[in-house]
Amino acid sequence: MKTTGAALILTLLERQGIDTVTGIPGGAILPLYDALAASPIRHVLARHEQGAGFIAQGMARATGRPAVCFGTSGPGATNLLTAIADAKLDSIPLVAITAQVPRAMIGSDAFQEIDTYGLTIPITKHNWLVRSAAELLDVIPEAFRVAASGRPGPVVVDVPKDVLNEVIEVRGLPHPGCADAPPAVDREAVRRAAELLDGARRPVLLIGAGVIAAGASPLVRRLAERASIPVAATLLGLGAMPEGHPLALGMVGMHAAPYVNLLLEECDLLLAVGMRFDDRATGKASEFCPNARIVHIDIDASEIGKIRTPAVAIRADAARALEALLPQVQAKRRARWRARVDALRAAAPLAMPGADDVTTPYGIVRAVAEIAGDEAIVTTDVGQHQMWVAQAYPFRRPRQCLTSGGLGTMGFGLPAAIGAALAAPDRPVLCFTGDGSLLMNLQELATLAEERVNVKILLLNNGHLGLVRQQQQLFYGGRYQASRFVAEPDFPALARAFGIEGVHLGDVSDPRGMLAKALAAPGPCLVDVPIAREQNVYPMVPPGAANRDMMIGGEAHADAAA
Amino acid sequence: MLTLPPDAGSDTPSATCPTVVLRLLVRNHPGVLSHVSGLFARRAFNVDGILCVPVGDGARSAILLLVRADGRLEQLALQLAKLEDVLDVAPAPAGGAAFAAVAGWLEEADRRRL
Repeated sequence: MKTTGAALILTLLERQGIDTVTGIPGGAILPLYDALAASPIRHVLARHEQGAGFIAQGMARATGRPAVCFGTSGPGATNLLTAIADAKLDSIPLVAITAQVPRAMIGSDAFQEIDTYGLTIPITKHNWLVRSAAELLDVIPEAFRVAASGRPGPVVVDVPKDVLNEVIEVRGLPHPGCADAPPAVDREAVRRAAELLDGARRPVLLIGAGVIAAGASPLVRRLAERASIPVAATLLGLGAMPEGHPLALGMVGMHAAPYVNLLLEECDLLLAVGMRFDDRATGKASEFCPNARIVHIDIDASEIGKIRTPAVAIRADAARALEALLPQVQAKRRARWRARVDALRAAAPLAMPGADDVTTPYGIVRAVAEIAGDEAIVTTDVGQHQMWVAQAYPFRRPRQCLTSGGLGTMGFGLPAAIGAALAAPDRPVLCFTGDGSLLMNLQELATLAEERVNVKILLLNNGHLGLVRQQQQLFYGGRYQASRFVAEPDFPALARAFGIEGVHLGDVSDPRGMLAKALAAPGPCLVDVPIAREQNVYPMVPPGAANRDMMIGGEAHADAAA
Repeated sequence: MLTLPPDAGSDTPSATCPTVVLRLLVRNHPGVLSHVSGLFARRAFNVDGILCVPVGDGARSAILLLVRADGRLEQLALQLAKLEDVLDVAPAPAGGAAFAAVAGWLEEADRRRL
């Protein structure tokens, strides 16, 4: 069979089970777009490559399977970088295919030439500069294997234009690349972990993204129920233990409900699963869980001992490790610890002022959750609204909450929501965003208008870079610099300009009714929710402080911190 | 896993740490050295010496890295092991001799203006 490099890429993607890709064409990548005409793969046209990267991330985060974005050489590749870096920090399997100038022109500062390979080394699991069409037979399956194996992550395949155009004879196609089998679980380590758990009086499970990546949520729940262990989650672990379960504590860390951080102070054994002791979760790492021995389960050997030295380490896929651990752990009621958990939960709950008013941060989050139900997928942008959602939205299943955790990328929410909606067309998708974040990838409203997918944008609008303003108030003596927006766009009008319905919840007699109507209508919609301009997210652990040092109200001031 | 000298602690300034040699087995194709050196550079970790030669049929290379055994080295070794093109990472206790030999050759070459 004779084929071009471009057609071969699409054939190999198809064999990987890819039915939708997203990207933007440009000079060097035109051969690949030309080949799309003859491929069953659907292409979703983004309006900026960063949008394409996050649309693909939304598909990958919603499904757990690698997703693909395209970008041309030069600015196409540089525009993808933020979305690739974001996928690296959150361990999302993303396959970015970029075009490069023709081989003979590489190194000549050709038009739209940039060293994509060099630029993406530190933000990918691995990357390739493909030097012949025949190499694609190895590189494309290998790219999917690397992206999906072990701790997932992004890869970049950079293909020169003349390789896309190269015609080769292909005699057979390779098997699709799939994830390597996870490493064998160390039985002895599992036995020691079970021993520590059995001996613990105040154990806590702390789960992260690795639990969701491994599909280990049901096992977490079984272990928690069997041994009566309360379960806290990092931001990226939310939903893996259903909110409302008596053993579910919610999020740990900088903006956790007070009782969660207090319980971790008291716990004598921390079973950390698929989490990497990120500073937003641990606060000052050396003072995190000061009374606990640590059992750390992680698929990535370099995470074990990186921040805290565990008493027992199990380098394994979270599901495999928990499967091995479950039968070895004694069933226990731990009545005293359970009672302590309930007492602290009652004594130091999350304060949610205004939760019954739809035009407050907690009110809009709770109302949307009630109206949308458990079926909805929620994406957030980054900032105060993200933390309010993390605190107050009752996430009840894995892959329900899609958020930029490690990189904290404003502009993530809208394109990720589009990607999630493309991957899960039967689910409503809610994008909580802020007036700062939304403007960072606003152009994707055009993509949304074109795809007409079921994305509802909930804009928590306070006319500020709210989390920046909050930090300036709390840690920089109230010296506000560049955190107040003087020009405030009419967002519903902007949405309408793109062909999307837009409503404003301010100054209406029945905002909840209007919200319900907007959420019920088919297709995309933007809901502008005016919120108090200077409301802070509490509690807040000052950056660099220990998690016990939570600021609960606005009166406390600390020194400027990193 | 890499075992470091007992006096290597995270609060020892790296300039006063003993040097150790790591031996890497890598695939021999363009970009591998960038992946390896990038890991060190972005952690502000200096590489005192580097030697690289093809081995076997040339599909693979051995890299010797002369580095300071400060408290970060074990983490770096774990990160090196994660690179797709790095097939093995191991300490090479006798590797210092290779660097000494090259240093001797350079001295000799300079003396004889080679």
